[in-house]
Amino acid sequence: MDIIVLIKQVPDTGAAVSIAADGASIAAEGLKWVVNPYDEYAVEEALRINEAAGGGTVTVVSAGEARAAQAVRAALAMGADRGVLVNDPALSGADSLGVAKALAKAVSGMDFGLILAGSRAVDDEAGLVGPMVAQLLDIPHVSMATTVSLEGDSVLVEAATDGGTAVVRAPLPALVTAEKGLNEPRFASMMGIMKAKKKPLEEKDLSALGLSAEDVAAKSAVAAMSPPPARPPGKMISGDTPEQLAENLAAALADEAKVI
Amino acid sequence: MDYELTREQQMIRDEVRRFAEAEIAPVALELDEKEEFSVELTKKMGEIGLFGAMVSEEYGGQAMDYVSYIIAVEELARVDGSQAATVAAGNSLGIAPIYYFGNEEQKKTYLPKLCTGEYLWGFGLTEPQAGSDAGGTQTIAEPDGDEWVINGSKIFITNAACEMTLGVTVQAVTGKRGDGRPEYTCFLVETGTKGFTAKAMHRKMMWRASNTGELFFDNVRVHKDQILGKQGDGFKQMLETLDGGRLSIGAMGLGGAQGAYELALKYAKKRKQFGQPISKFQAVAFKLADCAMEIECARNLMYKACWLRDSGKPYEKMAAMAKLYCSEVMSRVVDHAVQIHGGYGLMKEYGVERFYRDQKLLEIGEGTSEVQRIVISRYIGC
Repeated sequence: MDIIVLIKQVPDTGAAVSIAADGASIAAEGLKWVVNPYDEYAVEEALRINEAAGGGTVTVVSAGEARAAQAVRAALAMGADRGVLVNDPALSGADSLGVAKALAKAVSGMDFGLILAGSRAVDDEAGLVGPMVAQLLDIPHVSMATTVSLEGDSVLVEAATDGGTAVVRAPLPALVTAEKGLNEPRFASMMGIMKAKKKPLEEKDLSALGLSAEDVAAKSAVAAMSPPPARPPGKMISGDTPEQLAENLAAALADEAKVI
Repeated sequence: MDYELTREQQMIRDEVRRFAEAEIAPVALELDEKEEFSVELTKKMGEIGLFGAMVSEEYGGQAMDYVSYIIAVEELARVDGSQAATVAAGNSLGIAPIYYFGNEEQKKTYLPKLCTGEYLWGFGLTEPQAGSDAGGTQTIAEPDGDEWVINGSKIFITNAACEMTLGVTVQAVTGKRGDGRPEYTCFLVETGTKGFTAKAMHRKMMWRASNTGELFFDNVRVHKDQILGKQGDGFKQMLETLDGGRLSIGAMGLGGAQGAYELALKYAKKRKQFGQPISKFQAVAFKLADCAMEIECARNLMYKACWLRDSGKPYEKMAAMAKLYCSEVMSRVVDHAVQIHGGYGLMKEYGVERFYRDQKLLEIGEGTSEVQRIVISRYIGC
């Protein structure tokens, strides 16, 4: 099957982020950028679907700044066949809807049976782009998949819900977003990395998609960011015997922390 | 002049680092303590393509340049010397001689199996009585019709005595050359060949999760098709193999130094004495500054040697320098790293103790530091 995977480049989850001088964005200098982990589940699932079927293509599509090409290449190194990056400076000021418009335009001319995306990105945790792209393309959408199975002309998805699982069937083509637990993404192999060099990576700006900067401009703006409060130091519980330690711990949890 | 790594080299560093931290770091201490070679981990390293680094795709290899391969070894060694040893020996000593000197039939038979990491291959050179003095080799092979009969033993052979070992390359004396010196020939001997036994060596100080074998050849008969290259090529093959092997041992020194330095720096910034982090004390800070500087020098030397090799230029002198320097830099860095950790540095849980032990081999294996100095001194005309 021809599968499209939407991916986003995000700061490494292990990186210590700080607030930029403008007080309303993340300082980008010195940050390490990676493929959004949820999008890695989507890439992995697409590869597995085609590996099991013994054919098909995986096209990775991203929208962002020039450095996002590295994220697309990382997906190509995992095994995707080709990449498309909507690379436009206007996208750095875009919100979820603006990005969704750019991605929808980018994939609208392609052949596909299934679109996979991460259920959310670990930077803004909005979880909007996937459903929005489905809406703009007028195709069905299922969020937060923990299993994806193709059955003829439809896709059967087990989706995580609060405290349970929903089993959803949707006709193809459809868009499914990947939740943690869908799979264990592979490491790119050395050969995969070497081969990615030769795979096509097409870059387009907004005008090539028939969009303008206004089309993707954010409808809202972040006014200010503040760091979370520093974590208070831990408290060591003292006591001579395990029983005493447990007693003192229970007392501290009840009287000081007031959690029991 | 350009000091930038290529995009692919940078991706290889990132990916191998991610792999090493996710898959090797959590089990390195336990495997070291139990002195256990991990088949599971070796197969995982095979899955991401750490074997067959320089082998072309037609034999199932990864077709990497030498800088990329060395970066991969460096990143493994940054986390664990044992796993880096399995990969470095697997490539430089197991796979490389078959790839560079083997005939088409041999390459087709063995390389695809070795490049996936499903099987390993040993390189039998060192003998109980022949270490630095390779001329003291006592293992002999005598022709008998279409066959050769091998007798002798080898010692300290990495990857040669585990359940994944498919076979070994063994160097044997096969006669006398015109100048009266012994003639050497390498043979490919498969595991299970009658008369060939491989025994895992235990109670090692270092590389405890890497497999080391002692090999015994008791009237082992192999067909003449199992000769690697041509009869009499053995000495040249050994020298060329060791030139490449030196780079991978050097990479282990470089990566190990980096790993120990990072542990020491992190600890020094966290550990407080006399009311401040010990990294603020000059005695500690200067040690760390020296480590950072020497690692930088070592990396430049190592990458230059690899660049020479990739460029098809003579690299042998630089390989000896890189091997010698990187392994000695690691010696100084692990010494500082344990010292900075104080009492905790002597405890296994803190990790630097393992780096401290693993380092020592690098000044002994693949040509001792003394041999490297002989090699270099000859190149500079002494």
